[in-house]
Amino acid sequence: MERPIRVLIAKPGLDGHDRGAKVLARALRDAGMEVIYTGLRQTPEQIVEAALQEDVDVIGLSCLSGAHNHLFPRVTQLLKEKQAEDILVLGGGIIPEEDIPGLLAAGISAVFTPGTPTSAVIDYIKEHVKR
Amino acid sequence: MAEEKDLRKAKEAWEQGPLAKVTARFPERKAEFTTLSGMPLERLYTPLDIADLDYERDLGFPGQYPYTRGVQPTMYRGRLWTMRQYAGFGTAEESNERYKYLLEQGQTGLSVAFDLPTQIGYDSDHPLAQGEVGKVGVAIDSLADMETLFAGIPLDKVSTSMTINAPAAVLLAMYIAVAEKQGVPSHKLSGTIQNDILKEYAARGTYIFPPKPSMRLITDIFAYCSKHLPEWNTISISGYHIREAGCTAVQEVAFTLANGIAYVEAAIRAGLNVDSFAPRLSFFFNAQMDLLEEVAKFRAARRLWARIMKERFGAQDPRSMMLRFHTQTAGCALTAQQPDNNIIRVTIQALAAVLGGTQSLHTNSRDEALSLPTEESVRIALRTQQIIAYESGVTNTIDPLAGSYVIESLTNRIEREAQEYLEKIDKLGGAVAAIEQGFIQREIQESAYAYQKAVESGERIVVGVNKFQVENERLPEIHKVDPEVERRQCAKLRELRANRDNGKVKQVLAELKEAAKGDENLMPYILECVRAYATLGEICGVLREVFGEYQPAVIF
Repeated sequence: MERPIRVLIAKPGLDGHDRGAKVLARALRDAGMEVIYTGLRQTPEQIVEAALQEDVDVIGLSCLSGAHNHLFPRVTQLLKEKQAEDILVLGGGIIPEEDIPGLLAAGISAVFTPGTPTSAVIDYIKEHVKR
Repeated sequence: MAEEKDLRKAKEAWEQGPLAKVTARFPERKAEFTTLSGMPLERLYTPLDIADLDYERDLGFPGQYPYTRGVQPTMYRGRLWTMRQYAGFGTAEESNERYKYLLEQGQTGLSVAFDLPTQIGYDSDHPLAQGEVGKVGVAIDSLADMETLFAGIPLDKVSTSMTINAPAAVLLAMYIAVAEKQGVPSHKLSGTIQNDILKEYAARGTYIFPPKPSMRLITDIFAYCSKHLPEWNTISISGYHIREAGCTAVQEVAFTLANGIAYVEAAIRAGLNVDSFAPRLSFFFNAQMDLLEEVAKFRAARRLWARIMKERFGAQDPRSMMLRFHTQTAGCALTAQQPDNNIIRVTIQALAAVLGGTQSLHTNSRDEALSLPTEESVRIALRTQQIIAYESGVTNTIDPLAGSYVIESLTNRIEREAQEYLEKIDKLGGAVAAIEQGFIQREIQESAYAYQKAVESGERIVVGVNKFQVENERLPEIHKVDPEVERRQCAKLRELRANRDNGKVKQVLAELKEAAKGDENLMPYILECVRAYATLGEICGVLREVFGEYQPAVIF
């Protein structure tokens, strides 16, 4: 049997808003995925280390404090350095439309903003997971 | 009672007659109707639903125990609530300008939003602060920034609320020091610090120290303010963020008051007399979308707190029993889709707060699901309050929804169910233990997940999100924080460190460290550090060394 998709849900930076991260973690788990949640205040380094250690297929980054432009690209950059670009990286939170192209260019596969149903994220992961 | 029997009979006749006839042909829209929090709602409320209500015991008069109808005898006929918009971004200079703008627009109190590094006790040049400086609020590193923040704003004329928790003692000390420089003695200062660490552990996330030293800092503030800042609200016990994290109305009341009980117990254990600090406790609630449920919630919270203070803690001073509260409309109810619709949402929520008897109010701006609000959006939000205050008429008579069968019935129910939660939390060993065991967090998460599922199944309609969507929306202008802020703030900080008396700084920090190891009140020591321009990060750093840092259990 194929192993379930493994996902790391992470809160980079100092933001404490984790309702969305936790709801999504639950929804992904209910959809049959294996989910690890890092908890708050993770540095990009800690997130990448956890992702490699846990051998995840997907990283979901959540940030509502406006620090996404600084934090998200740092995660993809570190993954590149570790030759782990096969991990799908998704972003979510209060992210202005105009910031999205830059994040996509930095290697974030998709950005989900408020109002996104969890089913849309589940479908996206199933379709795009690279393994 | 004969009347009750007659009414019951009449109701049955109505149900079996006209009602049954209609529902047989036209079924109701749903099998079960509930409040936003999932509390079942009857089709119709009648005197039968509040048959046990004793007017004098359960409602009483405004300004009198149990304060169900409000904490002041005249409520908004005497004075309107304080219109207090939470604001702050970028540097102290920029925020100072926004405050002056808001005061010119008729706002009556200030409310300071700090950025995350400030809230977590890091200086702007700390590695963890990168990307966060000036984003969700203003960056404050030292007294110098605080002086700029309040430049030209006389602190004896304005009341200031500061959303600061773990390092609340430090920011309060800075405020006192700015006032000193303006020639304003501390006893003339009025305002609020949030200073509510328990909800940080449970829901909001800006904790620093473990519970025990955190509770000590809080009770030190209680003791210090009771002597030196008699007009200061020493804590704002907050259900707001717990509700934002997804809990129900009942849970909001229960978890907030459970935290309140924990603070009162800690202060009593620290040797304070209940009536010496309890009058300065204040509260902070959310105003969500369900108008009736919210009005009932505010009334229930007031009555329950009064009973707790009187019966459980034996308070004698009536002011110790009054639940005075600030309200903010629900950020989580704002939608990124069709953002102008949020103006209407905020209006309904603000109306609930006013009908519930709030003492101060922040109305969210329409664009906050997209970014920090623009100046124009903030003005509309403030105007929303002013229209309710001056045009709607609801301010002209006290507690206007009292006596409504549904409101009184919901008020009773929320109080009863919150009381049941309090008993459960007591059995777990109180709020601190309940948080450490993850009980509160799990309860919140269950509710949040249930709500999300209800939205996704279409059982809950959110206009513009899962119904009545539009394609290709035109996006509004949004507020942007200047990316140069972080660099400028770090440069200022370097300059400060180069120009202050560093020998003095070292000395006062060492004194604070020694005091932190003992059990003296830390406020005077922190004040000395602040006056010497020690930075927030340095002061919190010393306390981190002595107290350690909180390590949360990850629960989901």
